[in-house]
Amino acid sequence: MKLLKLVPDNTNIAFLKWRNIAVAISILMIIGSMALVAQRGLNFGVDFVGGQMIRTTFTETTDAPITELREKVGALGYGEPTIQRFGEPNEVSIRMKLPEGADQEPELANTMADEITLMLKADYPDVRIDGVDSVSGKVSEELLSKGVWSLVGAMLAITLYIWIRFEWQFGAGALFALFHDVSLTFGFFALTQLEFNLNIVAALLTIIGYSLNDTIVVYDRIRENLKKYRKMDIIALLDLSVNETLARTVMTSLTMLIALIALMVWGPDVIFGFSAAMFLGVFIGTYSSVYMAAPILIWLKVGPDSFVPPATAGDRAEKIGGPEEIG
Amino acid sequence: MLDFPRWKVISISLLLAFGVLMSLPSLFFGESHKYWPTFLPDETINLGLDLSGGSHILLEADPADVAETRLQTMEESVRAEMRRANPRINIGDISRKDGVLSFMVRDSTQVDSAREALLPLTTGAGLTGQRDWDIEVRDDTRFVVSPTSAGLDNAVDNAMDTATDVIRRRIDEMGTREPTIIRQGDTRIVVQVPGLEDPEALKELLGKTAKLEFKLVDFEADPNAVAEGRPPVGSQIFPYPDSPSGVSNIAVKRLGGISGDKLTDAGQGFDQETNAPVVNITFDTEGGAKFARLTQNNVGRPFAIILDGVVLSAPNINEPILGGSAQISGNFTVEGANQLSIALRSGALPVELQVVEERTVGPDLGADSIRKGMIAAIIGTAAVLAFMVVTYGRFGFYANFALTLNLFLILGVMAIFNATLTLPGIAGFILTVGSAVDANVLINERIREERRRGRRVVQAVEVGYKEASRAIFDANITNVIAGLLLFIFGSGPVRGFAVVLIIGIVTSVFTAVVVTRMLVALWLRRTRPQELVI
Repeated sequence: MKLLKLVPDNTNIAFLKWRNIAVAISILMIIGSMALVAQRGLNFGVDFVGGQMIRTTFTETTDAPITELREKVGALGYGEPTIQRFGEPNEVSIRMKLPEGADQEPELANTMADEITLMLKADYPDVRIDGVDSVSGKVSEELLSKGVWSLVGAMLAITLYIWIRFEWQFGAGALFALFHDVSLTFGFFALTQLEFNLNIVAALLTIIGYSLNDTIVVYDRIRENLKKYRKMDIIALLDLSVNETLARTVMTSLTMLIALIALMVWGPDVIFGFSAAMFLGVFIGTYSSVYMAAPILIWLKVGPDSFVPPATAGDRAEKIGGPEEIG
Repeated sequence: MLDFPRWKVISISLLLAFGVLMSLPSLFFGESHKYWPTFLPDETINLGLDLSGGSHILLEADPADVAETRLQTMEESVRAEMRRANPRINIGDISRKDGVLSFMVRDSTQVDSAREALLPLTTGAGLTGQRDWDIEVRDDTRFVVSPTSAGLDNAVDNAMDTATDVIRRRIDEMGTREPTIIRQGDTRIVVQVPGLEDPEALKELLGKTAKLEFKLVDFEADPNAVAEGRPPVGSQIFPYPDSPSGVSNIAVKRLGGISGDKLTDAGQGFDQETNAPVVNITFDTEGGAKFARLTQNNVGRPFAIILDGVVLSAPNINEPILGGSAQISGNFTVEGANQLSIALRSGALPVELQVVEERTVGPDLGADSIRKGMIAAIIGTAAVLAFMVVTYGRFGFYANFALTLNLFLILGVMAIFNATLTLPGIAGFILTVGSAVDANVLINERIREERRRGRRVVQAVEVGYKEASRAIFDANITNVIAGLLLFIFGSGPVRGFAVVLIIGIVTSVFTAVVVTRMLVALWLRRTRPQELVI
């Protein structure tokens, strides 16, 4: 049987040759993402800004009466609703910001949701309430700070782990790569204005995990090659390591993408944003392992002695000099 | 590599069989579950509310509310103690301000006896030996009674415990199946009710304090002053929105009333004359005796029935009510009367609770999510499996076998821990399919590489597993770190995602490394191939 080989044997692509351009582009992308977030902002869901969201299906209408709904909900006096279609044309979500005075009266978000639900049930007999989320200002602030802490915590904990398992340069490289991934994902959400909710925090953490997975595979190979080829130029060594792991990188990215495409096309509408973020994250994460995590090692002067304590480097060079005995 | 002892093969196989067995009850959910043999394990995965449909409601109490009620009770106790003292201690200038109760003892020679009388009103609170109230005397005759923080914390804690019990009784009374009611933090209660059609009714019931009082109407009060909200001495004013005469307020005597917490039963009924919905209540022995005394002494006078600080009605006492049961009339609908009876039966909430978060998912959307999630999972898995076989041949098949087992194992482990599967959890499940094969990809690519370098078959496989294991280990640890943080900081459905992710990582390392290694070793030993198609 002839097996599929996506990456030919013994590839030798000079990835690192383009490192300066790649890093420059990446930094521009990071700045661009930040500017986008600052300028357009994120389309925060009720999880993080409070308010309410009602998902409804008009079971006997082909098209949901969006304009009429907007007027009717607006007439309740809680402000202008954001009404969006999701999935089929007869499925809409009605989102409201926290009404005025919600600081003093935490229950107001919920009262508002109740009133809108009652109005819908009374005015549209065929309406089916598929979901209600109402979140008070206090709870949404907690969710936001928890989300931020989980992201920051995960990034730092992972960096620390890599520092312990490898060397500090590798930890710094991983942190920089993660920062890149997270920034670009934020930029993507600012650009598309897809709803940013709790699920997206889960997606971000998964992207962090995935991207790191990739980075570690490359780093592990770099470490191995550093011990094996002690005389090799660092750039050539990084290129070799990236090339050696390229088949695996492509293969794993593809299986992830296959799973994610299934999720986006056939999966539940509610988690589309999550799947889309992950889909993008696979690309960003793979790219950052090669063009963010690896070049930093050059600038941080990683060399064959990085895995040997400095004082005894000379003494021990003899012992670990040759290729590692395997098998 | 070829040396794979029999005991290892047997124990790995047993472990896998056990995991798969544990996963089966969860797959036979719904109708088919009743055909599941009873001698087999019956633990199943819970479906999250976002899949089963239902409501998650987060209730929060305001500690200031507890403090205020507590201060009120303190004021009443102080008044009672001072009156009961012998000789009676006259006090005045009573005020409750900034959470502190203060009053003056009119006769300065009575200060010591007043202090004596107050002491029994305080008790120890907490472990530090602190008392629950501080009593101070300022400027010789002014008493200041202020709550200590330990006392207040204790009171809030007790109030929340009681509130949790009351909430549980109320939900049980509604006949809801399998509710989850948990105290969370200092001032919150989480209520989760699966498959609920009408969350509004539930919230209405939870939000009702249901503090019922019977007080005598002060009919000597000046109607104009009452309308303006100025109570006569010894009286209080309550709003009366449904009053038949059109007055908006009513004055009642501060003292001599009874509270409605001494009930043994409450039920919805109809008034015999007007046929309007009413609530019938039955007092316990003590409450019944008090109520009998109240009605006996006040025949011909009206008394007010007050619920949560609002007057429901103010009927005349036509004759003494001695039987220990009474009828509460008000402007009720049948539903309203029914809800009030449930609330009264399960007791009053010691503190007002507000809904600060609600997540409700309709059963249709939940079912739709499960269906779509399953379709996506099946298509995604099938595509990945096919891709692996096309790429790695026999080794891809082994990886697929491991991957399939892994899916069962995840379900099995979740069932053992009674974990909850949520919608993001399904996404996590599908992602695990994509990432679990990564270990096998790493191993297989390494074997390819070692073969290219000219190692012999057995050695290439051996080195492949050994060298790849290090990266697999490190990569998965970092994933677990991300998962743990998600679990710690995440809430609800997102937590479900973290659970699947963490379990999936652990089981996938086991299946992808240990199980495939066993399969490959057994195959190598059996056939001793000279060439490797990989």
